[in-house]
Formats: sequence, C-alpha cells, structure tokens
Amino acid sequence: MSSLSDNRERHYPTVWDKPPFISNSLLRWGIILGAIIYLVAAIASMEINPQRLMEGIPRGQRFIASFFPPNFADNRGVVWDGILESIWMAIISTVAGIALSVPIGLGAARNLAPFWVYITCRSIIAGSRTFPEIILAIFAVKLFGFGPFAGFIALSLGTIGFFAKLLAEDIENSSESQAEAVKATGANWFQWINYAIQPQVMPRMIGLSVYRLDINFRESAVVGIVGGGGIGATLNTAFSRYEFDTAAAILLIIILIVMVLEYASSYLRKWVQ
Amino acid sequence: MGAVMVVINSGNDIEWRRRTTKKQIGIWLGWLVGISIVLFAWSVISEKTVWFFVQDAPRQAADIGSRMIPPKWSYITELLVPVWDTINIATLGTIIAMTIAVPVAFCAARNTTPHNSVRAIALFIIVSSRSVNSLIWALMLVFILGPGVLAGTIAIGLRSIGFCAKLLYESIEEIDESQVEAVKATGASNIQQMTYGILPQVLPTIAGVGIYRWDINIRESTILGLVGAGGIGLQLNGSINTLAWTQVSTILLVILVTVFISEWVSAKVRGAII
Amino acid sequence: MLKLSALTKRYDTGDLALNQVDLEIPDAQVLALIGPSGAGKSTLIRCVNRLVEPTSGSATLNDINLTKLSSRGLRKSRRKMGMIFQEYALVERLTVMENVLSGRLGYVGFWRSYFRKFPKDDIKEAFRLLDRVGLLEMADKRADELSGGQRQRVGICRALIQNPDLLLVDEPTASLDPKTSRQIMRLINELCSERGLTAIINIHDVLLAQMFAQRIVGLANGEVVYDGKPEGLTPEVLTQIYGEEDWTATIEKVDEEDEEE
Repeated sequence: MSSLSDNRERHYPTVWDKPPFISNSLLRWGIILGAIIYLVAAIASMEINPQRLMEGIPRGQRFIASFFPPNFADNRGVVWDGILESIWMAIISTVAGIALSVPIGLGAARNLAPFWVYITCRSIIAGSRTFPEIILAIFAVKLFGFGPFAGFIALSLGTIGFFAKLLAEDIENSSESQAEAVKATGANWFQWINYAIQPQVMPRMIGLSVYRLDINFRESAVVGIVGGGGIGATLNTAFSRYEFDTAAAILLIIILIVMVLEYASSYLRKWVQ
Repeated sequence: MGAVMVVINSGNDIEWRRRTTKKQIGIWLGWLVGISIVLFAWSVISEKTVWFFVQDAPRQAADIGSRMIPPKWSYITELLVPVWDTINIATLGTIIAMTIAVPVAFCAARNTTPHNSVRAIALFIIVSSRSVNSLIWALMLVFILGPGVLAGTIAIGLRSIGFCAKLLYESIEEIDESQVEAVKATGASNIQQMTYGILPQVLPTIAGVGIYRWDINIRESTILGLVGAGGIGLQLNGSINTLAWTQVSTILLVILVTVFISEWVSAKVRGAII
Repeated sequence: MLKLSALTKRYDTGDLALNQVDLEIPDAQVLALIGPSGAGKSTLIRCVNRLVEPTSGSATLNDINLTKLSSRGLRKSRRKMGMIFQEYALVERLTVMENVLSGRLGYVGFWRSYFRKFPKDDIKEAFRLLDRVGLLEMADKRADELSGGQRQRVGICRALIQNPDLLLVDEPTASLDPKTSRQIMRLINELCSERGLTAIINIHDVLLAQMFAQRIVGLANGEVVYDGKPEGLTPEVLTQIYGEEDWTATIEKVDEEDEEE
C-alpha cells in the first residue's frame, strides 16, 4: 500500500459530480424535454381560468362554511338506514365476491390450472380490474333496477378482480417443495389443495378479505351515486338538495367507520400471524 | 394459525385432535355468528330488491349485448380528446398528490415526525383522504370550481394523498436506522440526516408508489365525467343515457386499451427505476 | 484527551448498561474495548458522541464536556469524532463518493450538501482517502455494489474525512472474514499512527485486540474489570471478563502470531 508521502505528490481532482441516473445524455435530455413539453401541454389543457378561480374562492368558502357544523340530527333516520344498508352491502358482496374468487383464483394460478382454464380466469380478472366499480354499477343498475341489489352485484364483481388476482399470485409464489411433499403421499387434488396450498395462503387471504371489506364499504358510498343503493344514495340526495351539513355528517361517519375497519384489520392481521 | 395439537389419552386409545374442545366450540360459534350476519345482510338486501327485474336481467343483458355489437368505430375520433383529458387528470393528479403526500408521510412516520400532535394530524389527513372516494371529492369540487378537468384533477389528487402517504410512511418506518445513525454521527443537522440518511432509502418507494397510484388513477379518472369533472366518463354517461349502445361498447374498448397501455408503461418504468 | 467519569447508562427497560465507568485515554492511544455481548461496549462509545444519551456522569473531550452540550454544540463536537460501524452503516443507495463526502456534512450548509456541491478541498481529500484505502476506482459505484471489506474501507474514509481527534470504532470486523478483518484492523491502526489519532475500538476478537491495540480495557456487566497492557491478558483475567472457559489456546495462539509478524 502506498504511503502518505507518495499520495501528497499525486494530483486529485477537485471537482466531482454525481453520475447521472441515465448515463446516455441524449436519452436523458430527451426524457427531460419530453416531460416538460408534456407537462406544459397537460396544464394548458386544464383550462385554468384565473378569473373563474378567483370567483370560485368565495364560493368555495361559502361551500365549505355550509358544511359546519355537521348536522347529525335532521335526516337521522335516513342516514342511519343508508349506513346500515352500506354495511350489509359491503359484507355480503365481500362474502359473495370471495366465494367466486376462490375457484377463479385457483384457475388463474399457472401452477395449478391447465392452459385454457388459466387464460379464461385471467381474462375475467383483467376485465373486472379494468373497469371501476362505478361502471360495473351503472350496468348493474340498468340490468337489475335501482337499489342495493345492483350495488351488491357491482361490488362482488369488483371483489373478484382484486381477490382472485392476489390469491392466484400468492399460490404461484407458494413453496413448491411443500406442494410436492403432499402430492407424494398420494393425496387427491382436493386433499392436495387443502393440505399443501391452503395453509400457505390462508393467513394472508384473511387479512386481505378484511381489507376488501374496507374497500367495499368505501365503494358502497359511491355506487349509490349511480343508483346502486347504500349511503352513497343518501349522500347524493343530500348534495342535490344542498343539505351540505348533512353531507358533512355522512362523510364524517364514513371516515369514522373506515378508521374502525382499518384498526380492526390491523388487529386481525396481527392475530392471524 | 395458532392451531394447537392436542393428544388426549382416553383409556387405551391415544386420540389426536387439532384443537382443544373449548377452542373448537369457539370456532363453531364464530362461524355461527358469521353465517347469521351474512344471512341477515342478505335478507335486508333481498327485501329491497324487485325480483321481477332480476329475473328479467339475463334477457336484458342479452338485449343490450346484442345492441352493443358492432362497436361504432367512427366514434373513436370523438374520444381522442376525452382520453387525453383522462390521462392528464391522472398524471397531474398524481403529481399533486405526491408533492403533498411526501411531507405528510414524513410527519406521519414514527421515526421522522417532529411531534406526536403533528403525527396525529397527518394520520387524520391520511384517513380522511382515503375514506372519501374520488367521485365524492369530484362532486364537491364541481360545486366549487364548476365542471371541468380541473375539478377532476384536484379530486384525484386529494383522494391519492392518503393512499400514497400511507404506503410511504409505512416504508419510512421500516428503514435501516443504522444508516441514519452513521450520518448523525458525522455532526449532520436534522435536515441533512433526512436528505442523506433517510431519503436515499425511501426514494425507490416514492417512485414506485407514485407509478402504482398513477396506474390506479387512470382507471379512477375514467369515471369522473359522471359528475362533470372531465374525462371520458362524460361521454360514457351521455351514451348510456341516450341508449347509444354501439358508442358505449366503443368507449369501453377504448378504456380497456388505455388501461392496458398504462399498466404496461407503469411496469416498464418501475422496472427501469427499481 | 478523552476522559469519562462515572459514566452511567440505564435504559428505559431498566437494564443497567454502564455502571460508573471511569476511563482516561491520552492522545494518540489506540484502546481496545473487549467484553462479552451485552457488556456495554456499544453503549459506551455511543455515550461518548451521544447517539445514546448517558443517564449520568460525564464525557470530556479536550476540555469540552460533551454531556453538557446543546444540540448545536453537540453537532460541532461530533465533527471531531469519527465513527466506524459494525455493519458498515453506509447509505447503501448512495455512491461511494457521496458516502465519503457525507463525513463533511457537519461542515457544509444544507443546500450545498443537498446539491452535492462540496468545497474543492473536501473533494480532493475524499479522492486522496479513497486512494489511500485502495478504492479510487470505486468512487462512482453505488455502496451496495461493494464487498464487505470494501464497504468498511469506505466507512473508514467517511470517518477520517471529518478530520477527527477521536475515532469511535464499533465492532469493525464483526461481519468480515478473518483475513479481511486483519487487513481492516491493520489499516485502522496505520491511519491512527499516521494522524496521531486517539481511538476506542470495540472488538469481540481477543486475538485481534491483542495484536493491534496498545491498551486493553475489559468490560463486564457495564463495569471495567481489566485495564492494562495486551500482555496482561492472562487466563484468569479473561475468565473475569468472559466467564469460565479454557483460555490457554487463545493465548498461545497470540504468542505464535507475534513471532510471525
């Protein structure tokens, strides 16, 4: 190793720049320029009208002021009914959605299913994931009429895209050696699933189902806007009647319930593991 | 799952059970309560259902389905601007959300929060932003700002703050503290510890969460038009209301393609960054 | 000179990690701190630069009472205390150069450090140090691309660029193989004598401690039970520090090693 005195004589650079993230400078500047052009174009398309915005400020203040104080008293019966309907809707669509997700998720796991089953199940999942619950709800309302049944169908279908996908991925990532060991005992297909796959994926799935219950409750607050029942319908009515203090109360109740669900799900996850 | 193996020696036979009797009864009770709740929920929902419509649904579905084919391809030219708007709503909304979510996340993480009261406020911001769906945010913003793309963009931004900040603060709480300790030991100030010790560790997460949310926001912004907040949802709503089913199927296909492309883009970008 | 008097640390859990430790370390002395896991070695050096707040007692470096400093004063004093860590504690996603330069953070303002615009002399010194430890070519590599020994060398550069009066070294070889461990210990030792640095080195390996330190302090249950020359580590002393074990093999080996050198 060279000694200190040798080092002194050598010249070291006095400038250092961090190597850029993208080393090709043409590509780097291209991406930066492209991003700037896109941002300018996108912001321009917002049609931000300063005058209209200025007018919006007092309107916004009045609007926000009309939320306070939240009114829990008037319309109490309606709000209560809406909340309960949302809760029942969330529960039953989670249960139904998961019940449908299990066979589809098994079918969408590459290591379990034959190719054509795999492709079919994956397409179902992709379709359900692509379209937001609201679009599903619009069609459900067209088919089944107004009311919670349409919301229930929409949320169940939405649950499939979420749950079946994660189940399939979890199965694909599960330990192969355990699966093989059970297969080697001469177990049939159902025994194999029950002994080798289920124990591996179960804990996470329980956590996810509570999480999905949480999502379904939150979504149930909006499917009502297109006629799918639940608290969303109540909220929509409150907005269209300009009863903003009631709307504020509903929003606060939703936030509270979501907080409780979140707490419950983290508790349950800990308990399961 | 906390299952305890139990070997009971009854007489001469050794019997193996997965659980104790007490636990087994508890589990049965749990199932009983669960099933009754589901059945009750079902009875409430079915009470409010007009079963005639439900029975008629398959015929209706077939009817609408047949009216949707073939899609009206010429309509695509009219959809280009709405799709552009939809993408802009998602992108700008995500940018707004991330600029706010990053500081909120640092305030919400146990190890970086300046004070516990600040943490409580940050957590409340996160939960309220998450609880209120972007469509409801849009509904309110249309009241304030008037209909248009701007309301939609801000709605997407407000809805995404909570989601992004939650994922971010969880990852900030999981950083390797020894790296921060080492920076601290050099005499670095608090903010330098942040930029040298913590930020490099969470930067990949910040990028990943932003892209992930952008992908979700593309989907979410397709519906904002329903309440007048811009994007392709406006056309969808209009076409459904006027029973123009061939336009509806075209729009659905366009949404499908847009979402697939956005998913592909986000996977590519994520691969390049992480 | 570093002086610890009646330094005590009791953790919130109630564990007494340090109990009335008195220690005086003259300038340019390399001291090895040995003792079983949980004896309080780590706590002791962290109480010096107050990464851990001592419960009572004081630590004085060159007539500055470190335990009394305000947070600003503490930052200023930390600049004079370089620290080297067990698992290297490099910021993994930053480059080697950034890791070395982070040793200058206490001297450089926030915006300069944020934009990586360090003074010319700092950059020159960083390159010189990297060359000294044989990593000049690695300057632009990310820290997580390096091997364990290389990372520890970067850690050493980060501590030295602070231009410290005191080196606090926490188990520098715990995650390294025996050969690299020796190289690292030799490097630390050489650098200390080049610069006349005072150093406290926590170390598990009694052998290495005897090879490289001028003075050995044995810690057991938060108290100093041995303070003296490396040669003074008899089986009786080791038993006192670590508990009952056959120590003859350890000590014989040291003698052989010394003959080789």
